[in-house]
Amino acid sequence: MNNNLQAKITAWEPAAVWSDKGDGMFTVPAERFRDLAVRLRGEGFDFLRSLTGMDWGEEGFGVVYHLESTATGENVVLRTLTPERENPVLPSVCDLWKTAELNEREAFDFFGIRFLNHPDMRRLFLRDDWVGYPLRKDYDPSLNPLRMSNEVAKDSTASFELMPDGSVIRKRSVLFEEEEYVINIGPQHPATHGVLRFRVSLEGEIIRKLDAHCGYIHRGIEKMCEELTYPQTLALTDRLDYLGAAQNRHALCMCIEKGLGVEVPERVQYIRTIMDELQRIDSHLLFFSCLCMDMGALTAFFYGFRDREKVLDILEQTTGGRLIQTYNTIGGVQADIHPDFVRKTKEFIAYMRPKLREYHEVFTGNIIAQERLKGTGVLTREDAVSFGATGGTGRASGWACDVRKRHPYAAYDKVQFDEVLFTEGDCFARYMVRMREIEQSLHIIEQLIDNIPEGACQVKMKPVIRIPEGSYYAAVEGSRGEFGVFLESRGDKYPYRMKFRSTGLPLVACLETIARGTKIADLIAIGGTLDYVVPDIDR
Amino acid sequence: MEVRKPRIKSMKYEDFNDNEYIESMIRELRENGTNVVVGCLDEVIEQGRSNSLWPLTFATSCCGIEFMAVGAARYDFARFGFEVARASPRQADFIMVAGTITHKMAPVLKRLYDQMADPKYVIATGGCAISGGPFRKSYHVVDGVDKILPVDVYIPGCPPRPEAMLYGLMQLQRKVKVQRFFGGVNRQIGKEEYEELLRRDLTSEKNELNVEGESNHEQ
Ligand code: SF4
Repeated sequence: MNNNLQAKITAWEPAAVWSDKGDGMFTVPAERFRDLAVRLRGEGFDFLRSLTGMDWGEEGFGVVYHLESTATGENVVLRTLTPERENPVLPSVCDLWKTAELNEREAFDFFGIRFLNHPDMRRLFLRDDWVGYPLRKDYDPSLNPLRMSNEVAKDSTASFELMPDGSVIRKRSVLFEEEEYVINIGPQHPATHGVLRFRVSLEGEIIRKLDAHCGYIHRGIEKMCEELTYPQTLALTDRLDYLGAAQNRHALCMCIEKGLGVEVPERVQYIRTIMDELQRIDSHLLFFSCLCMDMGALTAFFYGFRDREKVLDILEQTTGGRLIQTYNTIGGVQADIHPDFVRKTKEFIAYMRPKLREYHEVFTGNIIAQERLKGTGVLTREDAVSFGATGGTGRASGWACDVRKRHPYAAYDKVQFDEVLFTEGDCFARYMVRMREIEQSLHIIEQLIDNIPEGACQVKMKPVIRIPEGSYYAAVEGSRGEFGVFLESRGDKYPYRMKFRSTGLPLVACLETIARGTKIADLIAIGGTLDYVVPDIDR
Repeated sequence: MEVRKPRIKSMKYEDFNDNEYIESMIRELRENGTNVVVGCLDEVIEQGRSNSLWPLTFATSCCGIEFMAVGAARYDFARFGFEVARASPRQADFIMVAGTITHKMAPVLKRLYDQMADPKYVIATGGCAISGGPFRKSYHVVDGVDKILPVDVYIPGCPPRPEAMLYGLMQLQRKVKVQRFFGGVNRQIGKEEYEELLRRDLTSEKNELNVEGESNHEQ
């Protein structure tokens, strides 16, 4: 962070203490935090990149906030905490940044931190009858054996408010009224792209309210990471958003390398960039296939998968994996590229361009597709920023949120490419952004593929990797938005806390805003164009 | 006793590498001999059943994408009779558990399975479904679907290659082929249990644990 901003924040809030460890962050006392948050929001910090619940043991529970100003690109990291271990209570910021709503529910679910004035303090991922809070350091897993009883969906929720005398009261609020017509979609439904579940209140065909239930594929990866050494943690990231396997792992490697202060060779940077872009093409082709299938165009599904196999062939030849490649390592990549890699990739680029035209002929121009996509499910730019809906979704609403441009990494500063932006924010714009991005990805690869520098593909690392004390954040542009890794180290060979900024969670958060007032059938198109991957939401 | 080898259309008998298992299974099933008339009928029916197995569209995570690839252009499992993936459990013959099963999902999966019509089969696809895979130690992952469902075929891998999935699917075809439709071995539950289930009114079962009393809300 620049000194200017640091000085400004100290002036606004003298109680905020700056610490230099790792990326550096301000510690703000809980009772002063809300004021500073309001101030920062007013000063243009409109994008809450990440919100991480923390258990600092003796120090108590707290939250780390990563903020960015979309206008100036300035970043600031804050944390606030409460020493109370029995009933931790912190102020909510979900009225300032809408993305905080689900993220605070997540922190409540994992750590039992209650957020004051949050309208909906339910668990986000775990069952309502779950005992304890799994990410607390003193959590006992034997409390929760496998329960085979069916869950009953509740129609009410709770919120917590602070009374003038300092006590906290619990209020009950109603999600769905008795007379509302509520239908259930998922978790096993072909159009939810995995195991996501919605409860939708309808009036005729019109959606009045939507309540998303997550957690059907919550695998507890963040907690598992705390017991794994750094090289071991890498294996799990590939399985988060499996259509961004290369990018996810790239982010984690970058974060660890940042902590260690390791510079990776130029050759690795190039290879990683190309792999990321191939992965993006793979993901967008799958997006195209699935969207078409959801909307009834099954032929297009086969077209998309046919071409996706070509990308997978290239990935497989070098990495050995089709879907999950486990290719990046700390300080390099697993193995050098296959001798045929360059030739095959070039062949693929030549093959892919005309195919894109075919897609547009088969699907984009189709009158039914146009009618169903154009003008439905509009997300405004303001909402996109507030929800932190990055990636194609944000760019379709006119928000230039590409991490490759905002915080260039790997070889992205050496290539020229356009950030595809639309302003409509509807389903069609979200669809077109991704189709155009395939072209841009091809363009990026084209610029790099012939110039991969010679050199080593792996820096020699120590057998046991320990990261200096501090907290670090690194982000990449994943296939569907900013994928970030927040890592806090206490100097051990295991991370103290590892948090993945999900690309999909903000997309689910904004779904209710988008879908309200649309027809129930449009929910399929909206869900399809938001392009979330459920294991990435649930982690 | 010489057993009749179960041959399927899709792959040569000699190409499978666990023929001892299927042979011992046949021996076990045929221990009490076969009724001549019903036995012939069985053969015809099994021929039909094994060549038209319909999967349920069910996927929770990464393995599911590979399962989609098996259904798509290059691998195309329709060639072998897995013609259409059904979105409703009532119309499916088998469920391919592709992906991690978590604690929250487990009762849902069980319910899906219960909704399928007999005879029904389960394939556990990938490390996660077999044993919890990479997430075995997690607090929220079921370490193997065989803890909650009877599994017929296991397909290891993380994710298994599409070829492996096809191999696993063909194993299921063989298994279906040696079973006797009239013999009752297909049914996953015994006759008594079945009748007991029929008698029980499942809808009346309330789950007290989850129903939060109104009194808990206001404090
Ligand atoms: S076995 Fe591997 S690929 Fe399959 S769902 Fe589990 S983690 Fe994903």
